[in-house]
Amino acid sequence: MNPLNNTDKEHQTAAMNASTENTTRSTTATVRASLKKRYAAEKRFRLYGIIAISSSIGFLFLLLASITSKGLPAFTQTFVKLDVELNSEQLGITDAPSAADLRSANYSGVIKQTLRDRFPEVTKRGEKKALYKLISTGAQYELYDRVAADPSLVGQTISLWVPADDELGAIIKSDADLTQPDSITTRMTDQQIAWAKTLKDAGDLDVRFNTTFFKNGDSREPELAGIRAALIGSAFTLLITFTLSFPVAVSAAIYLEEFAPQNRWTDIVEVNINNLAAVPSIVFGLLGLAVFINFFHLPRSAPVVGGIVLSLMTLPTIIISSRAALKAVPPSIREAARGLGASPLQVVTHHVLPLAMPGILTGTIIGLAQALGETAPLLMIGMVAFIVDIPASITDAATVLPVQVFLWADSPERAFVEKTSAAIMVLLVFLILMNAIAVMLRKRFERRW
Amino acid sequence: MSATHLLLITFGLAVASFLYGRMQAFSVAKSHGGVSAMHSLPSHYGMMVALWCALPALAVIIGWKLLEPMVVSNLLNTAIPQVVLDGGERAVELYKNDLSNLVNNDRIASIDNPEKLIAAERLASLRSTSSMALVVLALVIAVMSATFALKRIKPHFRARHTVERIIQFFLVSCASLAILTTLGIVLSVLFEAIRFFQQVGILEFITGTKWSPQTAIRADQVGSSGSFGAVPLFLGTLLISFIAMIVAVPFGLMSAIYLAEYASRPVRNIAKPLLEILAGIPTVVYGFFAALTVAPALRSLGGSLGLSVSSESALAAGAVMGIMIIPFVSSLSDDVITAVPQTMRDGSYGLGSTKSETIRKVVIPAALPGIVGGILLAVSRAIGETMIVVMAAGLAANMTANPLEAVTTVTVQIVTLLTGDQEFDSAKTLAAFALGLMLFIVTLCLNIIALRVVRKYREQYE
Amino acid sequence: MNTAVADDILTQLRRPSSPVQNAAQEAFDNLTETVGTVTVDNPKMQTSNVNVFYAEKQAIFDVNLDIGNNEVIAMIGPSGCGKSTFLRCLNRMNDTIPTCRVTGNMSLDGEDLYGADLDPVLLRARVGMVFQKPNPFAKSIYDNVAYGPRIHGLASNRAELDDIVVDSLKKAGLYDEVKDRLDAPGTSLSGGQQQRLCIARSIAVSPEVILMDEPCSALDPIATARIEELINELRENYAIAIVTHSMQQAARVSQRTAYFHLGKLVEVNDTNAVFTNPQHELTENYITGRFG
Repeated sequence: MNPLNNTDKEHQTAAMNASTENTTRSTTATVRASLKKRYAAEKRFRLYGIIAISSSIGFLFLLLASITSKGLPAFTQTFVKLDVELNSEQLGITDAPSAADLRSANYSGVIKQTLRDRFPEVTKRGEKKALYKLISTGAQYELYDRVAADPSLVGQTISLWVPADDELGAIIKSDADLTQPDSITTRMTDQQIAWAKTLKDAGDLDVRFNTTFFKNGDSREPELAGIRAALIGSAFTLLITFTLSFPVAVSAAIYLEEFAPQNRWTDIVEVNINNLAAVPSIVFGLLGLAVFINFFHLPRSAPVVGGIVLSLMTLPTIIISSRAALKAVPPSIREAARGLGASPLQVVTHHVLPLAMPGILTGTIIGLAQALGETAPLLMIGMVAFIVDIPASITDAATVLPVQVFLWADSPERAFVEKTSAAIMVLLVFLILMNAIAVMLRKRFERRW
Repeated sequence: MSATHLLLITFGLAVASFLYGRMQAFSVAKSHGGVSAMHSLPSHYGMMVALWCALPALAVIIGWKLLEPMVVSNLLNTAIPQVVLDGGERAVELYKNDLSNLVNNDRIASIDNPEKLIAAERLASLRSTSSMALVVLALVIAVMSATFALKRIKPHFRARHTVERIIQFFLVSCASLAILTTLGIVLSVLFEAIRFFQQVGILEFITGTKWSPQTAIRADQVGSSGSFGAVPLFLGTLLISFIAMIVAVPFGLMSAIYLAEYASRPVRNIAKPLLEILAGIPTVVYGFFAALTVAPALRSLGGSLGLSVSSESALAAGAVMGIMIIPFVSSLSDDVITAVPQTMRDGSYGLGSTKSETIRKVVIPAALPGIVGGILLAVSRAIGETMIVVMAAGLAANMTANPLEAVTTVTVQIVTLLTGDQEFDSAKTLAAFALGLMLFIVTLCLNIIALRVVRKYREQYE
Repeated sequence: MNTAVADDILTQLRRPSSPVQNAAQEAFDNLTETVGTVTVDNPKMQTSNVNVFYAEKQAIFDVNLDIGNNEVIAMIGPSGCGKSTFLRCLNRMNDTIPTCRVTGNMSLDGEDLYGADLDPVLLRARVGMVFQKPNPFAKSIYDNVAYGPRIHGLASNRAELDDIVVDSLKKAGLYDEVKDRLDAPGTSLSGGQQQRLCIARSIAVSPEVILMDEPCSALDPIATARIEELINELRENYAIAIVTHSMQQAARVSQRTAYFHLGKLVEVNDTNAVFTNPQHELTENYITGRFG
């Protein structure tokens, strides 16, 4: 051991001490003087952070609140009670009508007659027209459904709840004061409001849960428009996306993580995947239009093309998260399996893949949620059509929920605003559900090595 | 027989081949003294037979289905009346669509035009011939190749190697699909863009300041030749992206700093998922919010201040886009900030700096490359964002830096040009692909730079 | 944020003791008062009855120790013995670990470290720290050294700041090596140079005490020798507390040595005395290499 360094000269140390004393005193004083200002800056900075995070979250709630407040009314619908006399003459059919007769019968005439009977004082042409406008044009289909189900009703008088027109529906749902027509902002005339009041006082107006919204396809009439076609279209599209992207993405991830040699090709593939993840979605739409529609002549507006395009778009997301999940499986497991004589492929399929599966599924669900909310590329491949019929197969013309939102958002009728918001709410519920499942999977199966 | 049925049958055949192949392997093994005499396990042999059965047939089915519409469409030309053929490509296209609808809906009987009836019957027969041919071809190939594979079940045959090699090949192709996609994007966009540049000079496109793509249908209409100067679109895109970044960067960065450095664990556990929800909201929802809530609010606010705000102002679209990008910036910055080593913070605290001094003067400068990379990615996202601007920004190609006026963007024009009634091959539709090409090139460059910066940054602290 | 550090320390604490330690376990259990002299005539810092907890786990038990002016005191002991934890209490660096709790009395020049009057920022300006791993900021050499004076406002103009930087680099023995490239990033230096840069950075604030937490553990022998030389020079102006793994280093640089074991201060004395004539059985075991 070295001799210890204890040989300093006394006076030297003392001199040094004195000089140190001076500088430190001044340091202490300076620092102390600056402290107040610095702590104020500290507080301010922290405040900026709080402002930033709380306003970001505030934006979220503002958005959700604005949409919910607009969309909630769409989940209820106003109905009008009519006592319809099914007069075979008025219907233009015989007393023993065939199915074809029933289909072509004049239901709207019957309904108009019912309205005229209800308000006998209405005689002028213009007034009659205004009166008919209280009832949705969908009423005749409702009536047809009833009669078609039970032809013996012909000749009887039945009482029927039919949907009200959207303008009437809106003021009834908003609980407006019908005695004060001037206080209501609506396109309805004062006379129409008076009729509405009569109906309401007679208890023939009712607000019920809006099943139409979930049962129908799109319609030009807001009170008849529903999201069923779009929901089915979304389901088909998502199904295609999942069947294509999941196996391909997992295979690609397995290759890149477990087998790929360190060479140029692998590098190019990796760079490509990372870049594709950041390519704007609309560019994928252009790809779909040019390749699948214009070159391969696949049907326009079909879920199959939409699914292919969306799966190309979600591939990078799923590959990246699957790779992360595979990477998280510790090498010791691979070594152990290999040590028992398993082939590289067996190591992966028997050991690594099952362990990584929760992570892979989480990534897949998040990728699919992304695809479910995607709009722009689908516009490119013509999924913007006006779809009334519920699509029955993956090659039928269809639309998807977000595109339906886009289409309705463009419609001038005021009632479509609430439909749009309601469709958004349904979309968000699905997205939140998917994300919740993903989070649950992650939490449930999360393993710490 | 539909393609779905065919696929199911092929799958069934593959399962049967697997079982039969495995049985065969057991019996071969028996005659050679047990399973251990074979190179691979019986299930490997079964797997090999199944792959031989299914893969060639699948390839045939997919290839056939992809090419069928094109081939059928060409063969149909002979049955199309001369009148229609004279009407040009578009008329033929319409006629064929009509035929196809009639055939699909089984309404051939209702056709009263004899020429059309012939054409429709021709289409129907072409289709049924094609699908019959496919069924026969696919099944024959499946059975033949399975039989071939069955013959190869011998003790020395390395079935496991074959199977694993095929699977490896499949894995490689899946990974390479990314390259194919990129290639597909580049080629499809490039080809159409080149056709556009043959009609409209590339210089005019890049430097022209007048954008009005409405080509007239009749030659005598006013403004019969549209003009395709894209500069107003580029400027509009930049303006909106700039507004978006002004919103997103401070909010996103400060949120990330707060979450990474200040927030207690419970706060972080609540705030982070909320931000993720913000990130998961579809852009069409933001577009709706911008068009129906933010734009009118800004307009009335501007009105009360004596400013005239357009109902499709760049400010509304940009601000909402900024909100959309906040979680993106914040999660990227959060990653980068937490990657700064703790020792560096300790060094700063050890010298007597406050927390905010440490963050502002040590952590942020150290994380700067990563943050810049993240911001570049966010810019690329803003430039490529479509739905918000389609719904909330206008179509008017104004050259202005005033955020209160309406501007249009590259993505808005792509959507406008390609939706609704469109003629293929007109300069109008091709222009969309030229714009798409510009969009792809710009975002690609931003992404490559950003990813490189971020990766370099990561390596520095790993 | 600092949980990683806490976790690390906790795992070290949980490590089971070796059989050799069991032999001296009894002596350790009976230990109620530190062997040797904990006080000095001319104390810069004084501590008494210091206990430190990480969450529920106690890491330091009733430590009393003074640090004198112009002395180098070395703290040694097996890993996980709490010597680093104790050091980090001396300038309240443990404040940055949320689960950490400190009780007892600690003072600098008679001022209570945890009292209301002594702000942690001010305290850390007066009690500098050099860490185990060189941790230069992602800035130039100049800016690294100028950082402290800048945040504390110690220089009123650029010339003064230049003086402080040059002076500090000279004191840290680094100036001659970097004078031509003060604008180069601090990370471009070699490990030993980086550590001296960190020392220069501490000196630039003119602290009264410098704490060093295994400053040479990441360095090669030549760089280590250079740092040790530097510590000897710095002792003329500062009180220095150094935590070290190397007994040789403790012997070379320090005047007093404190031996920590499982969170207790077992023995403190003149370095010579500790190494040549340890009083406690545990100290002797450690010095003679029976465990460590």
